[in-house]
Amino acid sequence: MVEILTSQVVSGLATGCVYALIALGFVLIFKATDVVNFAQGEFVMASGFISYTLLIRFGLSYWVVLLVTIVVSGVMGVILERVVVRPIMDAPIFSIVIATIGASTVLRSSAGIVYGYDVLPLPTIFSKDPIRMGVLSFTVMDAGVIGSSLVIMMALYLFFTRTKTGMAMRATAQSQTAARLMGVSVKGIFSLTWAISAAIGGVAGVLIAPIIYLDPNLGVIGVKAFAGAILGGFGSIPGAIVGGMLLGILENLSGYFFNAGIKQVSTYILLIVVLVVRPSGLFGAVAVKRV
Amino acid sequence: MSNRDNRAPGPPLLTVDGIETFYGSIQALKGISFEVPERSIVTLLGANGAGKSTTLKSISGLVAPARGSVTFKGQRIDRRPSEEIVRLGISHVPEGRDLFPELTVLENLKMGAYVRTDKRAIQASLERVHARFPILAQRRAQLAGTLSGGEQQMLAIGRALMAAPTLMLLDEPSLGLAPMLVEEIFGIIREIHASGTTVLLVEQNANKALSIADYGYVLETGTISLAGDSRQLLKDDHVRRAYLGQR
Repeated sequence: MVEILTSQVVSGLATGCVYALIALGFVLIFKATDVVNFAQGEFVMASGFISYTLLIRFGLSYWVVLLVTIVVSGVMGVILERVVVRPIMDAPIFSIVIATIGASTVLRSSAGIVYGYDVLPLPTIFSKDPIRMGVLSFTVMDAGVIGSSLVIMMALYLFFTRTKTGMAMRATAQSQTAARLMGVSVKGIFSLTWAISAAIGGVAGVLIAPIIYLDPNLGVIGVKAFAGAILGGFGSIPGAIVGGMLLGILENLSGYFFNAGIKQVSTYILLIVVLVVRPSGLFGAVAVKRV
Repeated sequence: MSNRDNRAPGPPLLTVDGIETFYGSIQALKGISFEVPERSIVTLLGANGAGKSTTLKSISGLVAPARGSVTFKGQRIDRRPSEEIVRLGISHVPEGRDLFPELTVLENLKMGAYVRTDKRAIQASLERVHARFPILAQRRAQLAGTLSGGEQQMLAIGRALMAAPTLMLLDEPSLGLAPMLVEEIFGIIREIHASGTTVLLVEQNANKALSIADYGYVLETGTISLAGDSRQLLKDDHVRRAYLGQR
C-alpha cells in the first residue's frame, strides 16, 4: 500500500520535473522581456517530433538525438523571437502575447500536416524496470527523468550565477537601460533567452513524449506547466521549479485517489484555487527578489 | 566656441554640435552645442526639464538625436547604440543611479567591466575601486538594492569606473544625499578627475558644481543660454540669481 503511494508520488514528481522545466522556459522569457510566450508548449511538442524523426527515420543514437534536438529547439526559439516577437517589440504586451498564441497554432498545425494526428510511439533510453529502496518504489524511467531534470536545473543555476553572460542576463532583467550602459547588447540577451527557454523545452519534450504521448497536441502540456508556474508564483524561478514539481505530484495523486477524469481537470481546479486564494503563488511575494 | 581662452586643459575630447532630441513629438533639445576639453571638468546647469539629462543620454546613446552631431575622440558617435559607445570610453552614471538592485555589490562592479576582457586589468580596477570606496569592499556580498542612498551613489560611480572610462558622464550625483555625503561625492569627483578622467557633470547644486568645474553651460528649455569659464559664471548676476539662490 505504502509502496503504491510512494510510486505514485515519485512518478508524479518525474512528470512534475518536466512541468518545472517547461515552466522555467516561461519564467525566463517573462523575466527578461515581460512577454508570456504561449508557444512554449509547442517547443516541447516540436522537439518530440524532431527527436522522433532523428531516432526512427534516421536511426541516430539516443544521445546524438538529444544533443541535436536541444540545438534545433534553441534555434527555433531564436527564429520565433526574430520573426514573430522582435518586429512588434514596441507594441503593447497584449499584442505580443496574442502573436505567440498565433505562432503556437501555426506550429501545431504544421506538425499535424507533416506527421498527421495519430499518436506516435517514441522510445526512451530509460527502461520501466522497477527499483525498490525501502518504502520507495519507482521505475528507472522516473529516476532518469528526475535526475536529468535536476542536472539541467543545476546547469542553469551555475550558468546564471557563475558566468559573465548569465550575470548579464540577470542584470538585463533588472534594468535594460543600465545593462545597455554597461555595454550589454539587450537584443542579443533577448535572443539568448529565447534560445535557452526553447532548448529547455526541447529537453522536456524528449523526456516527456515517451511517457505521455506524441501527437501535435502535446503542446497542451504548456498550459499545465504554466499552471505550475502560477502555483509557484509567476516570475519566480524557484517558484517555477517547486510549482511544477508539486503540480505533477498532485495531479498523479488525484488520479490515484479519485479517477482519471479528475486527474485531467485537477490542474485547472488547482489553477483556479490558487488564483482566487493566493494569486501571488507560493513564492510570489517573498522569493521573487532573490533569483 | 572656437575662441576658447588658453586655460583650456586640452583639445576637445567631446564635441556636441547642434543636437536636437525628441521624445515622441516633444522636442527636449533644440540645438545644443558645447565642447568638453580633454582632462577637464565641464558642468551643465539648469532647472528641471531644461534638457540636462537628455543631453547626457544623447551622448551615451540611450536616446538618438534627430539632428546635429556628437563627436568623441574624432569619431561621430551620435548614430551608435549605447553598447558600442561605452566601448569607446564613455561611462554614463545615470539619473537615479540605475543599479542592478538584485545583483550583489560585487556583481554590479563586475557588470561595470562587462566590455573589458583583460582579467588582470579588471582585477586591478576592482582593487582601486575598493580602495577608493572601502564600504563597497565591506558590502561586496550584499544586494545593491539594500544599500543606503550614499552607498548606492558610490556603487554607481564605482561601477562606471570599472569600465576604465576616458570620459565620465555624471547625472546629479548629489541628488537626495545628506550635506556630508555631498561633500564626499564632490571630493570623489575631484579625485577621479585628478587621476586623468574627463568629467561631464550635470548638477542641481550649481555652486558646488561650478566650484570644481573648468567650464559651465547653463541650459534653459532645450537651449544653452549661457556659457563660460566657471569662475566667471560664479560671478554672473543671472546665474547667481537663478541657480545659486543669491541676490
